[in-house]
Amino acid sequence: MKFGTETVALSLFAFAALVAAGFGVDEPFRQHMWVLFIVLVGFTAILLRNTSFAPAAPIDPSAYMDGPIRYGAIATMFWGVVGMLVGVVIALQLAYPDLNIQPWFNFGRLRPLHTSGVVFAFGGNALLCTSMYVVQRTCRARLFGGNLAWFVFWGYQLFIVMAATGYLLGITESREYAEPEWYVDIWLTIVWVAYLLLFLGTILKRKEPHIYVANWFYLSFIVTIAMLHVVNNLSMPASFLGSKSYSAFSGVQDALTQWWYGHNAVGFFLTAGFLGMMYYFVPKQANRPVYSYRLSIIHFWALIFLYIWAGPHHLHYTALPDWAQTLGMVFSIMLWMPSWGGMINGLMTLSGAWDKIRTDPIIRMMVIAIAFYGMSTFEGPMMSIKSVNSLSHYTDWTIGHVHSGALGWVGMISFGAIYYMVPKLWNRERLYSLRLVTWHFWLATLGIVVYAAVMWVSGIMQGLMWREYDEQGFLVYSFAETVAAMHPYYIMRAVGGAMYLSGALIMAWNITMTILGHQRQEQPLPGSVPALQPAQ
Amino acid sequence: MDYNLMREFADSWGLLAMALFFVGCIAFALRPGGRSQADEAARIPLKDD
Repeated sequence: MKFGTETVALSLFAFAALVAAGFGVDEPFRQHMWVLFIVLVGFTAILLRNTSFAPAAPIDPSAYMDGPIRYGAIATMFWGVVGMLVGVVIALQLAYPDLNIQPWFNFGRLRPLHTSGVVFAFGGNALLCTSMYVVQRTCRARLFGGNLAWFVFWGYQLFIVMAATGYLLGITESREYAEPEWYVDIWLTIVWVAYLLLFLGTILKRKEPHIYVANWFYLSFIVTIAMLHVVNNLSMPASFLGSKSYSAFSGVQDALTQWWYGHNAVGFFLTAGFLGMMYYFVPKQANRPVYSYRLSIIHFWALIFLYIWAGPHHLHYTALPDWAQTLGMVFSIMLWMPSWGGMINGLMTLSGAWDKIRTDPIIRMMVIAIAFYGMSTFEGPMMSIKSVNSLSHYTDWTIGHVHSGALGWVGMISFGAIYYMVPKLWNRERLYSLRLVTWHFWLATLGIVVYAAVMWVSGIMQGLMWREYDEQGFLVYSFAETVAAMHPYYIMRAVGGAMYLSGALIMAWNITMTILGHQRQEQPLPGSVPALQPAQ
Repeated sequence: MDYNLMREFADSWGLLAMALFFVGCIAFALRPGGRSQADEAARIPLKDD
């Protein structure tokens, strides 16, 4: 392989980063450009060392392109462990403030590292690699654009590294789930447009006449995230060699833009994309078609038409006009229907094969994911009701809700998809160990249960303490008293998170051994060899 | 083109167009004879490894 153009382009960008490191107007920007310079120089060196002038093997245009998907599966696992580890660290920081190490590792800088790490690095890589896997196999076409898939993969990793190091250096736009500053945003826009071209191009050259529904969900995720990202990050840099920019919006318009983005990041990144995963990998693992294809189409359109309006429910009882708050609440409640339609569709795919939940730990993982999808999409609309929100908002209940969705739905469906894909991608007969999958399943499930239950208790307690008046109309509790009351729950939450993290570590071990080609000698799982049934 | 004009368009013709498109999508999915095509489409992932 020769990488002439790539090497020249990378060295030019590395030089530009060096210049920016020299002329940057603020210290964090200069440090950030040094990081970029070192990363780009390292990558250039790797490309140079891998250059070979032997004639490259011809590419079979009918074969699927699985290289970037293999890298993506490994990246998903790696960033997943990193992001969850940071989550456990910040949970402990809340319980024991002495663990805040100034200035790089304090809670304020590690928290966006955790959220972006699990949402964009873990979830994003899972979506990237599964979407490339699914689109090729349901369109029966090789990925479009030659090395475009490699550009998307490495470009996205560069975005993650720049976002993560920026947070630690204290560079932030302070926009929820969109903290990277303007220059990192521009880079993500370029990568995302390339991703859209890659995905659309593959769909356009498909050999299967119908576009399978999983691809609709993936495509809606890619298109909507492009729109959300660009509008939410419209801003003016204070200097083109500096790390500070100012939003194009101000006041309540800015707040609404942020939550229009924030809630739709949940709706289209963490829901639509992962539903694409569900509609492919659950039928594959169960080896039966989805329960109702027509329901899946109604699920799709209802989700698309309703989700985009739900954002204002994050701004109840604020300066946002009352009608907009009510609109957000009404649309959130209407979302119950498509969410539960989708959940029923996913679960009923197993109808007639329910025994697989007992015998196949990967199916069990997917089923618990769909169950958590149902539970958190029940809880969310309930919390968007204004009177419920007046108790739940700003409390730990919200944190518990987010984690039952993120750990339960997003995490578990991604784990299931990775467990399914890895043996196929590396041509292994089976996973290294199915018993370890069972261990992972129970550690993760119990971890979520501990986490969510503790946050319910802590959050409702916190909300009730904040609104407690005495007979003379004075508030009963000071803020510090509510913090002290939550201390035991913070410790229990860290335990729940650590259980989930240890499950992910077991998975990383299992996946690594599978990739290396080992098979663990172990007793088959009980029930995995079906007993003979008498004829009926 | 000011805010009020766009707002009026959004909650009249815009709303109507989106509602009709949505109803049309559902009607198309549930049209008579759509079942066999849907069942065929549902088998797409299972045809290939």
